[in-house]
Amino acid sequence: MPNEIRCGLLLVVVLTTGVAAAGDALAPAAIPLSRGRLFEEQGGAALFASVCAGCHQPDASGASGAAAYPALAENGNVSSADYMERLLLNGQRGMPPVGQMMSDQQIADVMNYVRTHFGNAYGEGVSPEDVGAARRQMGSSP
Amino acid sequence: MRRRDLLLLIGATAGATAMYQAMTRLGFAAESPYRGPITLEGDPKGASVIILGAGLAGMTAAYELARAGYKVQILEYNTRPGGRNWTIRGGDTYTELGGAAQQCLFDDGLYLNPGPWRIPYHHHAILDYCRRFGVALEPFIQLNHNAYLHATEAFGGRPQRIREIKADFEGAIAELLAKATRKGALDEAVSKEDQEILLEALRAQGGLDKDFRYKAGDDAADFRGYARDPGGGLAAAPSNGEPIGLHDLLTSRLWRGLQNFALYDFQTTMFQPVGGMGRIGEAFARQIPKVIRYGAKVTAIQQDDHGVAVVFEDLHGGGSVEEATADWCVCALPLSILSQIDVNVSAPMKAAIDAVPYASVVKTGLQFRRRFWEEDEQIFGGISYTNLPIRQISYPSTGFNAAGKGVLLGGYTWGGPNSYELTAMSPADRIKVALDCGAQIHPQYASEFETGISVAWHRVPFTLGCAGEWTDETRRQHYGNLCQIDGRIVLAGEHASYIPAWQEGAILSALDAITRLHKRILASR
Ligand SMILES: Cc1cc2nc3c(=O)[nH]c(=O)nc-3n(C[C@H](O)[C@H](O)[C@H](O)COP(=O)(O)OP(=O)(O)OC[C@H]3O[C@@H](n4cnc5c(N)ncnc54)[C@H](O)[C@@H]3O)c2cc1C
Ligand code: HEC
Repeated sequence: MPNEIRCGLLLVVVLTTGVAAAGDALAPAAIPLSRGRLFEEQGGAALFASVCAGCHQPDASGASGAAAYPALAENGNVSSADYMERLLLNGQRGMPPVGQMMSDQQIADVMNYVRTHFGNAYGEGVSPEDVGAARRQMGSSP
Repeated sequence: MRRRDLLLLIGATAGATAMYQAMTRLGFAAESPYRGPITLEGDPKGASVIILGAGLAGMTAAYELARAGYKVQILEYNTRPGGRNWTIRGGDTYTELGGAAQQCLFDDGLYLNPGPWRIPYHHHAILDYCRRFGVALEPFIQLNHNAYLHATEAFGGRPQRIREIKADFEGAIAELLAKATRKGALDEAVSKEDQEILLEALRAQGGLDKDFRYKAGDDAADFRGYARDPGGGLAAAPSNGEPIGLHDLLTSRLWRGLQNFALYDFQTTMFQPVGGMGRIGEAFARQIPKVIRYGAKVTAIQQDDHGVAVVFEDLHGGGSVEEATADWCVCALPLSILSQIDVNVSAPMKAAIDAVPYASVVKTGLQFRRRFWEEDEQIFGGISYTNLPIRQISYPSTGFNAAGKGVLLGGYTWGGPNSYELTAMSPADRIKVALDCGAQIHPQYASEFETGISVAWHRVPFTLGCAGEWTDETRRQHYGNLCQIDGRIVLAGEHASYIPAWQEGAILSALDAITRLHKRILASR
């Protein structure tokens, strides 16, 4: 169970004994915190919000500074499952291999989520077995 | 003449650098490749070098090349020098990727070093530049025996003093080893005479009593301290606390935290600049007046037989596109950025530029109206380590024992799922997590907190990440190619070093790059 629960419990103490110095910061954070070396979020939406959104942004519109995080919204490149699997398992330039901290099921879920949201419509096609095969081929372990 | 006398003689006649070089040849001080200020001999005959990025790597290159007679200019995205060498002070504003803007409301004189914050004694190059450029240093307290080790599952979640865990762990091991020795279990491995010395050492180092036991008593108290400290006058005798048993120590896993004080990179003495790490970048910039063009976002780098042309957007001038040219280029941009820039280098170098992901790291600074860690808990500097998502709480290494406010580093999460999860949160939520977690160690958080600021490095607009993460495999495949001079371009920065994620690596990489470039330029005439 993600750590949010334990921190959340503590928040009750903060609320009853403390001054509301944190201003609006009174509800527990919406994003849970995993306890180990692997992401504990389940389901494409939760994984996207906890992992991908930090860079690609919650609406998948990307972000730009001295370099950019590409938009995943309306992005034809996500039509290629092979490309996405490679990206998540091996990383690519500024994109770290975050899939190495996910199970095959989690990777399939977050891929399917991106491929069917944000103006993308590329079917629910990716299965954990597909991801497992790609993982073995690339010699990467979960 | 004995070796030490020879060294004193060299020191007296030839100055510190010669002394240092001699020491190194004689086998002392062999730990760093830095050999004192470099000299680039030979006339560059007006050759020009364009440098990309005013981090420590870029500014080191600019300073030394200018001293050698080159015409230098730097293009820098930010409106300040230093790059990752950066301090956020009260009054500063910071807008991260995604658009969340934070205004730092810390009181005057209080700050957060969101990136680099400590310098090991063996990072000779950065220490030398601090000395030459007049950056005042003070000790950075890494090990404070009175700070805590904490794990949610250990000792009912109650934080334990580092002093007690360290003394009890080492004492218990010494007792075990003494027992084994006296039972003859080491007879095959250790001679009788050496066993005597070993026992003597275990007793002295482990706080064992005359019977080689580690237990509540004066010998253990010399290391672990007291349940009640010795006082003055009547009823002043100390009382000894009961050591934690070996089983509890082992299963608590708190011993894991002890290596944070033993590793080479974290051994005392460590340093920090007085007033914030950013003082170093500011001092470098003062040495190269008018060289840095701020608000210049590099978007393309093209070289041919005659020179290098760099395309950049003038962020102050409404994004108008300009071009700057020079004979040579030192590119000191992070690879997370450079990998997205159009640059015509060889295929192996381009592959190297693309091969290095950047670490995910989050730091959060919290201002409290009272230095309760000092007043209530006698923690003066140092770091408490925890398995909570914040990983550490670092107490300020300055302003000790004074009334008034203070800023804690309330979280420093490096890698793993938590670093990404925190990055995905709003700054306000990251601060909330830091408060919720920190209050499990210091309940005073609830009543003393005033204001905070949080930096998630993958959202930092000028680096898109903390530092290059090499593996043995990527180093083997790509590191050599990354460090080559490619036509008229050479790369520099922490990523082009074997000390990644340290400022020393950035500086040493720049010194090596320009030394080779200078040779190449003189030879190309
Ligand atoms: C969280 C954290 C903790 C650290 N802790 C320590 C520590 O305790 N001690 C220590 O010694 N080191 C530490 N480091 C490492 C240290 O900060 C770096 O190794 C060093 O500062 C890197 O210097 P650099 O010159 O290579 O890169 P940078 O400082 O990143 O310089 C690159 C410059 O290029 C500019 N730039 C980027 N893109 C463009 C563009 N498109 N156009 C123009 N300019 C651009 C940037 O604005 C920046 O100024 C830490 C780093 C982080 C992030
Ligand atoms: C640390 C920041 C970061 C995180 C977290 C991250 N990405 Fe990326 N992502 C990048 C960067 C940078 C690129 C561009 C890489 C390049 O230059 O080729 C990228 C590229 C991509 C692309 C290719 C886009 C294209 O147009 O070709 C996809 C698809 C993608 N990411 C999906 C994801 C998914 C899904 C997640 C979450 C599981 C995720 N990313 C998490 C930084 C990130």
